Amino acid sequence: MSTTAKKPRLTTSAMIASIASEGQRVKAAPFGKALVELAQQRADIVGLTADLAKYTDLHLFAQAYPERFFQMGMAEQLLMASAGGMAKEGFIPFATTYAVFGTRRAFDFVHQVIAEENLNVKMCCALPGLTTGYGPSHQATEDIALMRGIPGMTIIDPCDALDTEQAVPQIAAHAGPVYMRLLRGNVPLVLDEYDYTFELGKAKMLRDGKDVLVISSGILTMRALEVAKALESDSVDVGVLHVPTIKPLDTATILAEASRSGRLVVVAENHTAVGGLGEAVATALLTAGVTPPFYQIALPDAFLDAGALPTLHDRYGISTEAMVTAIKGWLG
Amino acid sequence: MNIPSEIGSHTKLAEHAYRIRRYALQMGEVQGQGYVGQALGYADVLAVAYCHAMSYKPSDPEWEGRDRFLLSHGHYAIAFYAALLEAGVIPEDELETYGSDDSRLPMSGMATYTPGMEMSGGSLGQGLPIAVGIALGLRLKGNPAFVYNSMSDGELDEGSTWEAAMGAAHHGLSNLICLVDINNQQADGPSTKVMGFEPLADKWAAFGWHVQRVNGNDLPAVIAAFDTARNLQEARPRVILFDTLMGKGVPFLEAREKNHFIRVDPHEWQQAIEILDQARGAV
Ligand SMILES: Cc1ncc(C[n+]2csc(CCOP(=O)(O)OP(=O)(O)O)c2C)c(N)n1
Ligand SMILES: [Mg+2]
Repeated sequence: MSTTAKKPRLTTSAMIASIASEGQRVKAAPFGKALVELAQQRADIVGLTADLAKYTDLHLFAQAYPERFFQMGMAEQLLMASAGGMAKEGFIPFATTYAVFGTRRAFDFVHQVIAEENLNVKMCCALPGLTTGYGPSHQATEDIALMRGIPGMTIIDPCDALDTEQAVPQIAAHAGPVYMRLLRGNVPLVLDEYDYTFELGKAKMLRDGKDVLVISSGILTMRALEVAKALESDSVDVGVLHVPTIKPLDTATILAEASRSGRLVVVAENHTAVGGLGEAVATALLTAGVTPPFYQIALPDAFLDAGALPTLHDRYGISTEAMVTAIKGWLG
Repeated sequence: MNIPSEIGSHTKLAEHAYRIRRYALQMGEVQGQGYVGQALGYADVLAVAYCHAMSYKPSDPEWEGRDRFLLSHGHYAIAFYAALLEAGVIPEDELETYGSDDSRLPMSGMATYTPGMEMSGGSLGQGLPIAVGIALGLRLKGNPAFVYNSMSDGELDEGSTWEAAMGAAHHGLSNLICLVDINNQQADGPSTKVMGFEPLADKWAAFGWHVQRVNGNDLPAVIAAFDTARNLQEARPRVILFDTLMGKGVPFLEAREKNHFIRVDPHEWQQAIEILDQARGAV
């Protein structure tokens, strides 16, 4: 870390970070709005947070249904365990905090209270992967790995506002615990251009391509679509398979697409290379004897730096430019 | 090494607190954001800690004899860097790197980045349990240094805080001093509304601690509280509960709608600094 470098100043994105790039189409608070709408039809929905309603868009629910909203204070173990308790009484609790705290801080409570009894708690956790420049304390780079290790956990990694709002009623309808990575604030709107609907448990081809198949989740699907457009000018044909449900994995669709010959397979995720979508897909492919050329775009197995998000996305290879460069390199 | 100065030195400490506030505003201007409301509110406590109470060597932040200071509320980094600048641990010209890429002064405090930063904060509620371990370690080594754990009122919500409170009392940690900034603010609103914690002094006392509750913006009271905590001849941990005012020292920020991130418009940074400077001239 040098102290002398003088570069144009990029501000560190704080708790209020938005992952939308300039001029991008966005939708405000898709999670909060979808939950309010769902709660009109379902009286069993309750909302709980650990001093982060405003930062998870749950404040909209709190305003609409004050009697069904419970502020648990900044106490994530209480948040998850009490959500479990409410589920035992027949409610469907939506519990929100940041992804780091919902997983790391509350892990044993999620595991023992919620998952082991297959309770109906929907954990919606913001700042997934590398979406803040605050350093490891706020960067949830291994949340999926942790949650994948829990039997029976359903894991959702939405790409954009459309994915998010469509996922809300479906995760409520699903019986059992769900961990959803939450995009909050002004969330990019991307998938409406692709004749797409979110279906829990389903991977979906967003565009076909004969040279490269990118299998991705979360905001890296948004990036993969940008990469595909960028590589058109190099006459590289990139297909994108979006996998918003990480667990249970839609192995059938993944195998069908990955076994088409002549394509490089690249798994792209906003998560450490350890224990996420990349390893899940690799296991599925090897187990089925499907062995295309295979590459991973993921965060390194390291504690990441603090700094401005664009800088960090470049540094760790998940910016559109970095992904284009990597894929071109692999194509040779 | 910093030699604790005599009682009655609060005019000198007011000068230190003024400069800590000024540094914090300067850093806030660099990024156009930051937890300056908290920094202004907590500056008096930090001034007394670093310019009156604590032993340390600015040029050797890892000196074995130093009093340890844990910034459990890592988001107060802007306030803490201002104190480290005032203490001479960080050179003044580094201020303008605050929050920039590759700076030693990231927006959330981390031990791996900054000299004088004893823990990586950000995940709130971790400082006090760490302090328990440090206090045990110091005692076992026969090292007479104190460990200070500095925390926010939001951290009172975390179970880990109370696990540590019980543990510290159980082990009779007289070398542990906990400082709590009660600014009645958390992310979702006033602490009293987010999760009521009163009667707070009674809670700490019931956990076995020596408790003081003072106005954290009243310098003589803050000095006296530190002196009492350090000189107490009792085998138990000590806590000082500081009631503070967010934005203290800049009236238009004191009056602004309270928020976890107090709003500061771009032209207001200089205005705030000027107001501080004028107030100091008037003293
Ligand atoms: C374990 C943990 N949970 C949640 C957060 C998110 N968070 C950051 S600051 C904050 C408010 C906590 O209250 P306090 O520190 O008193 O806030 P302030 O006085 O600075 O407004 C919260 C909930 C966190 N950093 N760590
Ligand atoms: Mg507070």
